[in-house]
Amino acid sequence: MNSKPALPSAFSISRIFVLATNTLTELARMKIFYFLLLFALLVIGNSLFMARLSFEEEFQMLKDVSLGAMSIFTSLLAILATAMILPKDIEDRTIYTILAKPVPRFEYLAGKLIGILMLLGISTLVMALMFFTVLWFRETTVIADAHRQMADAAGTPTEELAAYIAKVQASAFNTNLIPGVIVIFFKAALLASLTLFVSTFATSAIFAMIISIAVYFIGHLQATARDYWLEGMDIAWWTRGMVALVALIFPDLQAFSLADDIVAGTAVSMGLFLQTIGLGALYVGVYYLFACVVFSGREL
Amino acid sequence: MKKRIFIVFVLLLAFGAARVPLERHIDAVHQEAGFRTARIDLDLRSKISQMGFVAALSGFRSFVAAVLWIEAHIAWERTEWGRMAALFDTVTILQPKSALYWDMASWHMAWNASNAALENKEEPNEFLRRRAQRQYFELGKKLLEDGIANNPKNAMLWERYAVLLRDKLEDHCGAANAFQQAADFNTSRTYLPRMAAYELARCEGRESEAYDRLKFLYDADPANHVPGLIARLKEMEDKLGIPAENRIPSTP
Repeated sequence: MNSKPALPSAFSISRIFVLATNTLTELARMKIFYFLLLFALLVIGNSLFMARLSFEEEFQMLKDVSLGAMSIFTSLLAILATAMILPKDIEDRTIYTILAKPVPRFEYLAGKLIGILMLLGISTLVMALMFFTVLWFRETTVIADAHRQMADAAGTPTEELAAYIAKVQASAFNTNLIPGVIVIFFKAALLASLTLFVSTFATSAIFAMIISIAVYFIGHLQATARDYWLEGMDIAWWTRGMVALVALIFPDLQAFSLADDIVAGTAVSMGLFLQTIGLGALYVGVYYLFACVVFSGREL
Repeated sequence: MKKRIFIVFVLLLAFGAARVPLERHIDAVHQEAGFRTARIDLDLRSKISQMGFVAALSGFRSFVAAVLWIEAHIAWERTEWGRMAALFDTVTILQPKSALYWDMASWHMAWNASNAALENKEEPNEFLRRRAQRQYFELGKKLLEDGIANNPKNAMLWERYAVLLRDKLEDHCGAANAFQQAADFNTSRTYLPRMAAYELARCEGRESEAYDRLKFLYDADPANHVPGLIARLKEMEDKLGIPAENRIPSTP
């Protein structure tokens, strides 16, 4: 007696994982990680130039440039890599092979999104490690110089040296940089999810890129639009309508620009950090759901 | 498909309406913690290039500030003081929470640029040279005042402000107040209360208060029995005619 073949499950983590790892491999083959070399050049080159400045200026510049570059690179990577994913699969016809198997479309999108998030996670981690290594190296060099100068100028009080070293250490690494880096990752994750949503109805990769880049710029002004809408400013009704639309449609990307102030010494509390990444996770989830709704009705 | 996109658009608006209160709450939490306080407006636009402004709007404020700071450093190496002043103005607008930028900008203006103005060989008129020097002192002072307005609890900025008032503008009353503020915000720097008292001793009309402050410090901690404090305390004793039995013992 022949038994019936087992029906494929409606949801499978392992299928999503396979799709995610394949997406990551595919992106890695596109030599996307080469941009990390650019980042390394920027951070190392910057630190060599900064050696001309005082150590406080040098560390501040290093943090400003590195975190700024991390934000630029991860945001660009999120938009460009995600915008290419669906059109490329359609062009290569791999999407038909995948969806012909018992793979629901929401799983296909989840796999793609997780693959991109893995790429962003690895990139952010590698950049953060490079940045912290250069910061540590420069800190060690400045402290070693201080010890050498003390040995040369016999009679320098050890308390003065200790105070100087404490100042160097306080100016270099501080733990607030870590939440700063994590928030940069969440901003990139938001952009990836948003771009995936756009690409479900986009007619080409270029269209998805342009729309996402426009959203990126407008998103940084969303908070201003929201204030104009809700703070009772004296503006024309149609202007209020326009700014309300901007506030409702676009994400508030300034909420994820904490690194600017972290570099300046503003401390991040755990509550603030969790709320910020919670908002990021909410955006990622909702844009993914929207992508699923549109993609499920798309004719391929 | 079009129907679906329309439904998603409506959902997007609904999501927007649901998240706006949450975003406003997070915005308030951020501002309370000192985040998102930089003023990016038309005033800034008039000071930086269009690309710089777009970059600042795109969440790269600190990055743009760092690049402009490097430009300012190059301007310093070329002794272009006017350009430096303009760049410092922009950098501090972009990064108002960075005490380092306020401090360094003020130091460059009040110490380096002012000195260069005084020794400017291209200007034979000494009055004009001194006037230019004074203008740079005032520029340095203004930078620190704005820095303190943005970072009111920063002891380092208060201390720098005190030093500038004392060494460049001879405003000892102001310096006394600023040193005291620095001491209040950084109790680990034990010399700050002494500095505040020293400046108070040079502030006309506040000698009695200065004496009380110096005497309090003298009595509070033997570590304060330093030559500077003893000399000023004796000076105040003489000035105020303190009875011999209440005076501090003469040092051997």
